[in-house]
Amino acid sequence: MGKLVIQNGRVIDPASGFDQVADVAMEDGVIREVGANLDATGAETFDATGLIVAPGFVDIHVHLREPGFEHSETIESGSRAAAAGGFTSICCMPNTEPVNDNATVTSYIVDRARRHAVVNVYPIGAITKGSAGEELASFASMKQAGIVAISDDGRPVMNARVVRHAMEFARALDMPLIEHCEDLHLSAGGNMHEGLVSTRLGLRGIPRSSEDVMVARDILLAEVTGVRYHVAHISSRIAVEMVAFAKSRGLRVTAEATPHHFVLADTDMLPYDSNYKMKPPLRERPDVDAVTQGLVSGAIDAIATDHAPHPGDEKMQEFERCPFGIIGLETALGLALEQLYHPGYVDVAHIVKLFTSNPARILSLDGGTLRAGGPGDVTIFGVDHEWTYDVGKSPSKSRNSPFHGRKFRGGPVATVVAGVMVWRFGEN
Amino acid sequence: MSRGLLDIESISRQDIEAILTRSKTFQPAPGQPFKRTTILQGKSIVNLFFEASTRTRTSFEIAARRMGAEVVSITSSGSSVSKGESLVDTLNTLGAMRPDAIVMRHAASGAPHFLSRYLPVPIVNAGDGTHEHPTQALLDALTILDRRGTLEGLRVAIIGDIAHSRVARSNIFLLSKFGAHIVLCGPATLLPPQIGQIAPGIELTTDMEQAIRGADVIMMLRVQLERQNEAAFPAAEYFSFYGLRLEHVEAAKPNVIVMHPGPINRGREIASEVADSQRSAILNQVENGIAVRMAVLERVLA
Repeated sequence: MGKLVIQNGRVIDPASGFDQVADVAMEDGVIREVGANLDATGAETFDATGLIVAPGFVDIHVHLREPGFEHSETIESGSRAAAAGGFTSICCMPNTEPVNDNATVTSYIVDRARRHAVVNVYPIGAITKGSAGEELASFASMKQAGIVAISDDGRPVMNARVVRHAMEFARALDMPLIEHCEDLHLSAGGNMHEGLVSTRLGLRGIPRSSEDVMVARDILLAEVTGVRYHVAHISSRIAVEMVAFAKSRGLRVTAEATPHHFVLADTDMLPYDSNYKMKPPLRERPDVDAVTQGLVSGAIDAIATDHAPHPGDEKMQEFERCPFGIIGLETALGLALEQLYHPGYVDVAHIVKLFTSNPARILSLDGGTLRAGGPGDVTIFGVDHEWTYDVGKSPSKSRNSPFHGRKFRGGPVATVVAGVMVWRFGEN
Repeated sequence: MSRGLLDIESISRQDIEAILTRSKTFQPAPGQPFKRTTILQGKSIVNLFFEASTRTRTSFEIAARRMGAEVVSITSSGSSVSKGESLVDTLNTLGAMRPDAIVMRHAASGAPHFLSRYLPVPIVNAGDGTHEHPTQALLDALTILDRRGTLEGLRVAIIGDIAHSRVARSNIFLLSKFGAHIVLCGPATLLPPQIGQIAPGIELTTDMEQAIRGADVIMMLRVQLERQNEAAFPAAEYFSFYGLRLEHVEAAKPNVIVMHPGPINRGREIASEVADSQRSAILNQVENGIAVRMAVLERVLA
């Protein structure tokens, strides 16, 4: 395999604390060295002057829809969208058809990813068989086949006893349990956040409490079981406080937030536009502020996209009939810079941490840092160049984004996976 | 207005006044038959009802015919609507037939708003889910004006399932624009606190007697029996707490107007002797529905 040297960028590696202008040299798929004026003889070079060079970004929450829903997305198309967003590793949720609840499905995903994906793909296994919330799935054999965590994302486990047992098993396997926190009885029939906007529009609400009671329940059970517990797409200001409380008690509790939840409130949605429909729903401005502050303070550990492709004919329906979810891989960094960095809440190193070392640590992934001998996964990005998101050019098979046409300041410039440049700005 | 009539919230008081003023010219003189005009001759209107409705559909049909328009009504049973065709495809098909307007009722809130973004034909909302029912609020306003001459300063009690009522929302937006004092009343589960903030001049109460005291207008809403399954209220007790009885009417202003969008559930939300009393304007509402819909169709089409 070839050599690649990324020259003169500001290299930021939060895991080691490294932050200076340097070169990053890769060879045979791994990082050979990070330092000044590295030898580039016989190597392909990339001039990163004025840019940030970071460990490859990690998204621990995406939906790739394969197997079963290849008309929405495939492992290949989703991985290309990831690369276009600066991500070198993505973790895919098990709500495929069939559900990834056994080692056969896990192996299928791993195999398809090895042959077709342009970034690293790590499957997440189901907590219960068919994600039906009753019988535990085969965790240990799925772990051997390659899953990095368990979750019944989208179909939260309502039975507290089942969750408790799953946590006990997950603890024994040292595997994180990720919960989509939603009490399905409280949220039943809801289409957007329950509040003034839903009342005005005559849409059924999903109350904040439907998230809060699940976060509370799970934190109590995490304390009993000692599991590594992770809250997916946190959106409620009260849930953020509870996660901070759990951390203060020394529990192994982590949380992620999506860009749409730290940027958009229910008041920002275009009335009845299904590109603003997702779970959890866009909440109120104080919730958006609390999620933002949680990312600043460390109460929330990582940014994850919950990239959820749905094709046009499914999203082009009456608001209350169309499916939940939006795509988000390509806009994540731009939105993080817009909401967290440019207003001065955090420095660039903190942004890098939220996309790299922190998510990698949550799921114990190999990567998220630039150590010699480690995977040659690098994300190169800028914080000032202006660009406009055109969802029509997305490598994803779906177009369901509320950020189409949005102007950004800063975003991904090039993505390197295993020492190979798999995407460059302007080459979509 | 050239784009149809989607809701009351987004139209101005001046527009509403213009419709109401025009509606009065379409009201028949006492004892006289309804007037006929040829204002909409050569225009075609499609009535598209995805949800069963006899009175609103008939009212729109009569209004269109009295103005000389051609009208075709399509209801959800016996059409492609029930064959799994998507809303967008159904409307594209109808759009290709070039009607001059579509009158639409749909069980999903915002369905006409969603369609109006894709279809060049003006859409008149004849009720969308639990959102709005704009022509109902217009005919209610006309009915109040017939008896009181103004909406300003009136105390209007709206009673029942506020949370799920499109009639309530449209009336709230309209009455608020005209400076009425609106009292919303119902069981706590059907009276979301946020509804007090959707427009100025709203008071909330779960106490029926408080709502009715000194009221100029009492609007009763239809109770939807299916809400019982959601444990939203104990059905057996509903009438004793929120049914309108003669004694309530006596606590209101002497010339109080009792209204109901129909169809009424006698003995459930309204006692028969109230529905049939001098105070009841229920049949005037039905009559005014035609006049108001004539004015709306004229505004959208002419």
